[in-house]
Amino acid sequence: MSARKKPPEVKKRPGEGVSRRGFIRDVGLGTGALSVAVAPAALAAPSTLAGPGPVPITLTVNGKQHKLELEPRVTLLDALRNYLDYTGAKRVCDRGTCGACTVLVDGKAVYACSVLAIEVQGKNIQTVEGLPLSPQPDPLIRAFVNNDALQCGFCTPGFVMAAKAFLAENPNPTMEQIKRAFGGNLCRCGCYNGIRSAILEAARSAQGGGKNA
Amino acid sequence: MPDYSWPAPEKRRVFGRRVNRVDGLVKASGRAKYAYDIKRPGMLHAAVVVCPYAHARIRSIDTSAAEKMKGVAAVHIFDGSAPGTEVLWAGYEIAAVAAETEELARDAARAIRVEYEILPHFVNEADLSRVGARGKPAGERITGDPDQAFKSADVVSEGVYGCPVVCHLTWETHGQVIEWKGDQIEYWPTTQSVSSIGAELAKALGVPPANVHVMQEHMGIGYGSKFSPDRWGIACAKLARQTGRPVKLFLPRDVEQQIAGNRPSHYARIRLAAKKDGTIIGWESQSWSTGGMTGGGAPPIPYVYTNIPNVRINHTAVQVNAGPQRAWRAPNHPQASYLTCCAIDDLAHRLGMDPLEVFKKNADYTARPEVYRSQLDKAAELIGWKKLWHPRGDKTPGRIKRGLGIGVGTWGGAGHLSNCRCNIHPDGRVEVELGSQDIGTGTRTVIAMTAAETLGLPVGAIQVKIGDNRYPFSGTSGGSTTVGGVSSATRKATMNALEKLFERVAPKLGVKPEELEAVNGQIQVKGNPKKALAWKAACNLLGSDKISEMGQNDPKNPMGLNTGGVGGVQMADVSVDIETGIVRMNRLVVVQDCGLIINPKTAESQCYGAAHLSICAALYEERIMDDITGRMLNPDMEFYKVAGNPDIGEIIVHLDNRPEHDKRGVIGLGEPPVVPGIAAIANAVTNAIGVRVPFVPMTPDKVLAALEGRTA
Ligand code: FES
Ligand code: FES
Repeated sequence: MSARKKPPEVKKRPGEGVSRRGFIRDVGLGTGALSVAVAPAALAAPSTLAGPGPVPITLTVNGKQHKLELEPRVTLLDALRNYLDYTGAKRVCDRGTCGACTVLVDGKAVYACSVLAIEVQGKNIQTVEGLPLSPQPDPLIRAFVNNDALQCGFCTPGFVMAAKAFLAENPNPTMEQIKRAFGGNLCRCGCYNGIRSAILEAARSAQGGGKNA
Repeated sequence: MPDYSWPAPEKRRVFGRRVNRVDGLVKASGRAKYAYDIKRPGMLHAAVVVCPYAHARIRSIDTSAAEKMKGVAAVHIFDGSAPGTEVLWAGYEIAAVAAETEELARDAARAIRVEYEILPHFVNEADLSRVGARGKPAGERITGDPDQAFKSADVVSEGVYGCPVVCHLTWETHGQVIEWKGDQIEYWPTTQSVSSIGAELAKALGVPPANVHVMQEHMGIGYGSKFSPDRWGIACAKLARQTGRPVKLFLPRDVEQQIAGNRPSHYARIRLAAKKDGTIIGWESQSWSTGGMTGGGAPPIPYVYTNIPNVRINHTAVQVNAGPQRAWRAPNHPQASYLTCCAIDDLAHRLGMDPLEVFKKNADYTARPEVYRSQLDKAAELIGWKKLWHPRGDKTPGRIKRGLGIGVGTWGGAGHLSNCRCNIHPDGRVEVELGSQDIGTGTRTVIAMTAAETLGLPVGAIQVKIGDNRYPFSGTSGGSTTVGGVSSATRKATMNALEKLFERVAPKLGVKPEELEAVNGQIQVKGNPKKALAWKAACNLLGSDKISEMGQNDPKNPMGLNTGGVGGVQMADVSVDIETGIVRMNRLVVVQDCGLIINPKTAESQCYGAAHLSICAALYEERIMDDITGRMLNPDMEFYKVAGNPDIGEIIVHLDNRPEHDKRGVIGLGEPPVVPGIAAIANAVTNAIGVRVPFVPMTPDKVLAALEGRTA
């Protein structure tokens, strides 16, 4: 999980200040997101220009600080996957439609493919790897497995993180509410049935756990 | 030779239990590593340059600017993309660049200058009258005397139906990581063919097959598109060889949608001739389809009702300038089911009969009349057909109209060639090794369950080792052949190993090996749990040698362990808003015959997932091609629509595993439930609104157009 040691230098070329990719990201945010909140697209106009070459960036992932050198155009998803080794968030559409890249930024579900790493410095980034697996798996992960809410599993970490955010806001959802939720995450294997039951089970176990505690 | 047959239902301790998938935790927690997640020290990232034109000749390729860019390690022109090459579809791979970062690789790819001579293209086949020379008639096929049948018919119905091309849209896109170590290749593909993809890559590179080591722990969907290394695999290997560094090359989503396979379209004008009582006596169809420049094969119609006596079939394969088709979960079956069942539904309407009666009445034309009749009844019961069905056109006032519809399907699904090695170690550990793959179907779990069932151990005690071509050869995961293959091979290998263990334990217990059985974690004298050795103690007798035994499923002689041939029926319940044209799924009932079920939990998941794909195809999903530019208009996941959680309504799964089906052994379940759903939904919409929406997906525009046609 260490940062790339020596980032290659990139010569600045004219006209590269705003990448088309970054522009598309900014205008394309939030499409189809019913349950996934989107991070603030752009902060107020930056007072200093960053890039286009690599710049130092610090990301706080699951409570751990990582110092990186990346180009400002690098998305949070690519920073996590390519420059660190948090590969739980997946790249599927890479354009803010499918939710496979969902992570939490300051507790809010965010499409990691649709925010830039540089934008979320100083924020608390939570990825699926931050959820415990052993000795006891996180109850939500456990519920996904119990209800066979996954097949290939490629969309699953994104759903788990979206479910975390959903349950934080709706700790006691009904099945009817769950059926209408999660429009911001897609599953090609079609595990929605299991996902619905998993979320209900996780909510109930959290409620039960709370009462018993 | 031991008796390999499956234990009788009452003797099963593991089979039939709802077992959690054994790799569920590692996947749901994001710890599972897919090929797309592989990272190697010093790894380069590659980006591809593809042709933006549907039909063009490459004039020149200038890579000089890209080569000079900082961070670029190598540029590669794809084999078969030299200047002068005629490109026949947009998205065709031209060049690839490997660079220190993905961002730099993309920059360099943009800096490659390719000049094209643009040639005329043709990309849309939906209107047969416009296809001209791009249509290749396949010749007429006649059975019986269709002319006489139509002349003597009491009722003749006619309709036009069509499904467009859809993409595979594999969540994990296509690609791989490749690393050379001397003349050895480490290969992390995303594939349905762990045992055979390495040899294919080796052949393309001119190295011995044994030099390629394939590794794949998990994979994120293939649906029939991931069997071979593909041109991008070969390019990746060449870049890795050229640079002496590991290279990762994955297709971006838009390229995956354009070139990494698709399901061919199928359109048809169909006429049916029938007697007043609903008996079909004649079929005539003119079908057409495309799967790219190869055209599209004839759909297997009449589907399921294959023995209709008088048939005339014409098919036209249409060549379009678009990426080539690949196998797509149950190749051609969903389309054939849709065409056939819509035609039967329209006939029922002409006859003034309940379609359920017409589907049942003609079941004698199917290979398994009793199975289909009973499944039609079961599905009707589950959906409440008697209570909810009404003649075409919901007459209740208001804008929301509700309707029911029927679809039927069939599939093979017998086990493929598979070899398994079972190792029993002196410390009691059990390993089963197969060069197979879990493509999300639960293969690991059924292998573990099969070994556990045979060895009398808990599922968790079995170490399943798959996803590596150094394990014994196992077939590709296609055609729903995996579960039958791997379960049968595992059954044999574990029984063979157990026999060896019995030989060591028998003297200790003072009995003959054939008097022993493995139950509840111990080796005991049959029926006498007191005269026993615990599993570990039994294995300790092995001293320092492990037992290592093989088992094979030979598709030519499956020995009753697996078989093929299943029927399935689905019924849909939809509501349509006739003001907006929006179709909403209420319920989809899936009745699926499937032989012996090893794990009902994962078997049901196959059905849920397949049913959801039918909803996608019926209501949302299509490749849209632009006549003018020749490009795909929706190579993304924004305008290429698929169903989400709020769109699927309720899916109700009934596994039809009556004892007579269980006796047939294991049958694959990947494709069968993906077949009947589109037809069921299309017929339900027609039943709701009173008119046929001729083409799927039944998007609001098409629904409204169909409604207007009625009143116009
Ligand atoms: S990969 Fe980010 S939303 Fe699809
Ligand atoms: S489990 Fe495969 S995409 Fe959701």
